[in-house]
This record gives sequence, structure tokens and C-alpha cells, in this order.
Amino acid sequence: MGIISKSRKKSPWIMHYDCTSCNGCDIETLACLTPMYDAERLGIVNVGNPKHADILLVTGSANKRNSQVLKNIYNQMPDPKCVVAIGACACTGGIFRECYNVLGGIENVIPVDVYVPGCCAKPEAIIDGIVQAIGKLDEKAELMKNESK
Amino acid sequence: MSINNFLIAVIAVIVSPLLGGLLTGIDRKITARMQNRQGPPILQPFYDFFKLIGKQDIAVNQTQMVYVLGHLLFAIGALVMLVLQQDLLMIMFILAFSGISLIMGASSIRSPYSKIGAQREIMSMMAYEPVLLLMVVGVYKATGSFMISGIFEHEKPLLYSLPLVFLSFLFILTIKLRKSPFDFATSHHGHQELIKGLTIEFSGTQLALIELTDWIDLVLFMGLISLFFAQPIWVGILIALVCYFIEILIDNISARMTWQWMVKTTWVAGIGVALVNIVWMYLIP
Repeated sequence: MGIISKSRKKSPWIMHYDCTSCNGCDIETLACLTPMYDAERLGIVNVGNPKHADILLVTGSANKRNSQVLKNIYNQMPDPKCVVAIGACACTGGIFRECYNVLGGIENVIPVDVYVPGCCAKPEAIIDGIVQAIGKLDEKAELMKNESK
Repeated sequence: MSINNFLIAVIAVIVSPLLGGLLTGIDRKITARMQNRQGPPILQPFYDFFKLIGKQDIAVNQTQMVYVLGHLLFAIGALVMLVLQQDLLMIMFILAFSGISLIMGASSIRSPYSKIGAQREIMSMMAYEPVLLLMVVGVYKATGSFMISGIFEHEKPLLYSLPLVFLSFLFILTIKLRKSPFDFATSHHGHQELIKGLTIEFSGTQLALIELTDWIDLVLFMGLISLFFAQPIWVGILIALVCYFIEILIDNISARMTWQWMVKTTWVAGIGVALVNIVWMYLIP
């Protein structure tokens, strides 16, 4: 299991889903992949497909419409998987918290592993959040093994 | 079939994925440097491979894995035939089987992205298969045999008699390696057109096996390039590496084209150029 566990840390593929974000956090998330920050040096690849992804990055607050989509994407990801909530809205609902259609942070819909605060979150903080999520992948793999037993 | 041949085959099956993975890693590094990025470590493809092995297996249907295994095993078969210097024509047919297995696997799933990816892959096979066959015809005309051992016994490198066929072979190599102007069926880069197209519904081990097949295909095609320069073989290998670098360069400087454009250019320019070479060989023996 050693080599697989080591590889897991070296190759986290991310999937980015925009709930009702104002696009501030999305732009910062995509900025991580630019030559300036180059997340690929850590093996991070932005795949657009939940079936290939290890880490789900969510920006923006959950509402009654997109919670279905979010659940669907989360369920399609194969284990072990982690969820990173990026920005104030994804963590708590942010300034949209009191809106009549908003359910609050995405933790009300799917389990969240890492919270990255900020409005909007800085690319350095986002990369740090992803790296923390990588650390949690091994625990998840243990859980997955126990469940299959 | 002596024990010696068997050993060569086993070594080739073990070494070629390692070589292919390493070449892919170097490809990713060079690509990153061309885009002024740091780039992933050279061993990154292996990390990806082992990570995918450790993922949960989600199969959309029961036959999916069979097609993936077919894709892999036919590619291994073609590779073994290449290193044992067998029939070149047969290698092309087995390679086609390998490609078709993946197409069948992708179209066995009711996902629009997967279906469109499969259809585009059929289009690219339609484009490159005639050129591969013409290459075999050219080799037969030059050496009088379909066997690869015949190429090694031939006194001159093949390139002297087949320069234009080699050019069109380089052209279709871009399609076969799914490099940029022609990577519309599926792409090695994340988050591209059709998301992942052909491979969108394959996850975990299945995707790992498809990656493995890509590495084997890469080594196979490098081997086919070096056949043109065979005798001595190291010149061929060197030229193959240079060709691979050119492919990476083309990948990075060109935008993706439509499949219509690809079929048109490959059939007119690719087949045309290869045919000119072969007709010329018949006219001037």
C-alpha cells in the first residue's frame, strides 16, 4: 500500500464547482493554475470530470437549486475524496446567508473537509487548503477500506 | 519460438511501460517549461497511475472493463510482435483492434460526451489507418517483405526510398498520440474540449490501464519511427526522440482543429504524399 499512498499525495486531481459564487473565488481558483502559481508542480490537475477527481473545490453558497447538482457531483466522485470549501460564501453562506433561497454554507449539503476563508480567498490560501486536503486523503482511504470490509 | 524470443518479449512488456511513462513525464515537464511554468516531477505519470489504481472502482456497465483490457492486451500484442521483428502488416491490424476496443468501450456507455468522443476517435482512425497501410505497402516495395526482420537485413535505411511516406507518418503520429491540432477525441491536458471525451466514463483502475496503453503505444510508435532509420538502430532511436520533441513543440504552438479539417488534410496531403512516394518507386525502380 506504500506506493499507492505516496502517489495519492503526489497527484491530487481537482474538480471545481461554482455554486452561486460571485466569480471572485473562481477567478482566484483558476489563478492557482496559471504560470505564476503553477499548481501542476504539486501534481494538481484541474479535471472537468467528477469521475477522475480526488478533491472537489466548491465556491459560493448552496441554494435549493444547486444543492441537487452539488450532491450529484459529489456522489459521482470515486473514493477516497475530499471537499474544500473556498471563500466566505462556501464556508458559511457569507453575505448571502440571510437570503430566502440560500441554505447557507455547502456543509449543509455535503461533508466538507477543509475550509478556506476569505472574500475572496487568496490563491496561496487555496493551494494551502488543497495541500491540507491531500493530507486527509489517506484517512479517507482507510475509511473506504474499513467500509468495504 | 525459442526461449530467447520469449525472454525478449517479457523484457519488452516490462520495460516499455516504464519507458513510455518516463517519456510522458518528460513531455509534461517540457510542456510546462514551454509555458514558462515549473512543471510536475518527471515521475508524475507514475504517481497518477498508482493513485488511480488505489481509487474506488466505479463501472458504469459490466462490459466496460473487457474493452479496456482488450485495448491494453492488443497493444501489448503489437509491441511483442514489433520486438520479435514479426509481420508489419499484422502489427497494424492488431493496433487497429486495440483502438477499436477503446471506441467500443466508450460507445457502450450512454453518455453524450463519451459517444461524441468515440465518434471523433473513429474519424481519426479513418484518417490515420490508410497512411499506416500505405507505409506498410511502401516497406514491402522497398524491402520485398512484410517482415520487420527484412528491414534490418535491407542494406540501406528505409528513409532513402521512403522519405515522403515518413513525412506523412510523422503527420499521423500527431493524431495517434492525440497531440494538439488533433486532440479533439480526448486530450492529455485536463479540462479540455468534451471534458475528457473518449475516457470520460472510465475511472480508477480502468483509466490507469488506458494510461498504460498510451505509454505502450508511444513506445510502439517510437519503434516504428526508428525502423525508418534502422541500421544502426541507435540512430533510429535518436531520430525518434527528436520526432517526439517536434510533436511536443507542435502540441504547444498549435490550436485544436475540427475533425473535418483533419480528415480533409490527412486524406489529401497525408495519403497524397505517401501515394506519390509509392508510385514513384514503381516508376523508377
